[in-house]
Amino acid sequence: MTGEKRGREFYILAIFFAVFVLFLYGPLSAILILSFQGPNGGLTFPLNGVSLRWFANLFETQAVGDFGGSFRRSLMLGLMVMIVTVIVSLLAGLAFRRRFIGSTALFYLAVASLVVPSIIISLGIGVVFQQIGLQPAWYSSAFGAHLTWTLPFGVLIMFAVFNRFSPAYEEAARDLGATSWQTFAHVVLPMIAPSLVGVGLFGFTLSYDEFARTLMTAGTFNTLPLEIYGMTTNVTTPVLYALGTVTTVFSFLVIAGTLGLIVRLNRRRQQS
Amino acid sequence: MTTMTSSETDKVEGMRGKSFRLPPALISYLQAAPLTLILGAFLLIPILMIAVVSFWDYDFAQMYPDFLTMNYEETLGSWVTWKTYLNTLKFAFLVWAITLFVGFWVAYFLAFHIRTTAMQMVLFLVCTVPFLTSNIIRMISWIPVLGRNGLVNSTLIKSGLISEPIEWLLYSDFAVVLAMVHLYTLFMVTPIFNTLMRIDKALVEAARDAGASSWQVLTNVIIPLAKPGMAIGTIFVVTLVMADFSTVQVMSGGQSASVALMMKNQMSLLQYPAAAANAVVLLVLVLLMVAGILRIVDIRKEL
Repeated sequence: MTGEKRGREFYILAIFFAVFVLFLYGPLSAILILSFQGPNGGLTFPLNGVSLRWFANLFETQAVGDFGGSFRRSLMLGLMVMIVTVIVSLLAGLAFRRRFIGSTALFYLAVASLVVPSIIISLGIGVVFQQIGLQPAWYSSAFGAHLTWTLPFGVLIMFAVFNRFSPAYEEAARDLGATSWQTFAHVVLPMIAPSLVGVGLFGFTLSYDEFARTLMTAGTFNTLPLEIYGMTTNVTTPVLYALGTVTTVFSFLVIAGTLGLIVRLNRRRQQS
Repeated sequence: MTTMTSSETDKVEGMRGKSFRLPPALISYLQAAPLTLILGAFLLIPILMIAVVSFWDYDFAQMYPDFLTMNYEETLGSWVTWKTYLNTLKFAFLVWAITLFVGFWVAYFLAFHIRTTAMQMVLFLVCTVPFLTSNIIRMISWIPVLGRNGLVNSTLIKSGLISEPIEWLLYSDFAVVLAMVHLYTLFMVTPIFNTLMRIDKALVEAARDAGASSWQVLTNVIIPLAKPGMAIGTIFVVTLVMADFSTVQVMSGGQSASVALMMKNQMSLLQYPAAAANAVVLLVLVLLMVAGILRIVDIRKEL
């Protein structure tokens, strides 16, 4: 397989892979192009002229419910979820390095959080809030609902990271007289920093795009995915695509920024 | 230690006292506490609440605490429910089979045919990026492609292959399965890629030296070793499809149903106890499926 010549198998699979990538990106690029549709254009090809009209349309409240507000809420919620996911997953990852009573149960609870259908969590949290008499809101009930989705990912990633983490580094630091806090801050943390950034990216994007769990828990004000979901049924102009383009470009920027950060962290670690 | 004077031991004790230490077991519990509290409050309690509410009575406006089996009788006694469950299972099976096939070959290509780690990571990221963008946008993006006047139909008509647009491309079961495969394949690729990357290449070499053909290497060495990854991918894909309502709603144009969509409709009619009974049945089914898959694989070992 590592031979000099590429076999027939390679070319067949390479074509298969290329088709798969086309399948992933093709439709996405279709709405990217169609969001520049001319003022009289419709939801499908061909392009009827080129304009920025539908992007301008985004900021008129009649066309889209409340784009600015829902975007701000989704952004804030994503950041809150990201911070909590990183901290809680890191702590849980550290806890799982030692065996403690209930560790297996907690691990399977995290796995359960991943497999329980999202709409059930949405319904459950909605009913609990209703029964306690609390008003559901994006920063309370939806925040908790999103955490049940992002935390298991974070915990499983940290679990995998610490499974491969050699205790030799910590022992060395301790032999040199470092306190447990110094060992953590100067040895462990820099080594796992890229993974933590990855967990943060997961936390943010999963929350930013989540809507099944927000359905019953967002309260009076919509998050951006809920706004888009509502639009799929009643908007028949390319403004829908313009919104799609804007949020997708935003996601791409977030991903690119995070990857850049991970690469920089890795490089700095290799230099030192 | 025996040679230490009392003043020296005092000094050591004093230093210990200064860097205040908690017993390790307590530290573990403190570290695990936030996760336990959050999952307890937003996962366990809501599920218990659903189980309780599923026995309650309700009318058009509110729920009344009670102990009735009516909600279950209505749910399980109606043939619509059974049909919906069958339909959901059909989607789950089709999407599972397709994502497993596609996911395995993509992961296999990345793990065994790309020679440098850097290139592997770049191509893997190319596959990952769309999955970090909005599901709904990716669903909607099929509309201009598959629609009546969409790309596929207009291309086929222009090339003279068909004279009338194909109607079943969009707003059909076909569209639902296609969109789900589009949305969920990465959940199959990632775990399989992960297990394939951990296969010792020496095993493959050994099989080759012993005279195995590429096909035999694949079926006798690689696929058996990739099974844990396939199992984890299966858990992801099956649970995601079983929980799906938006893809079914948007892509079938309201012509198909899934259990979660049925629940969502009950919820929008404020029939929470009925939705709760449905939720309990769905949850039991999903957990049984996952438990079945977990008998094949120990996830703690695979991470």
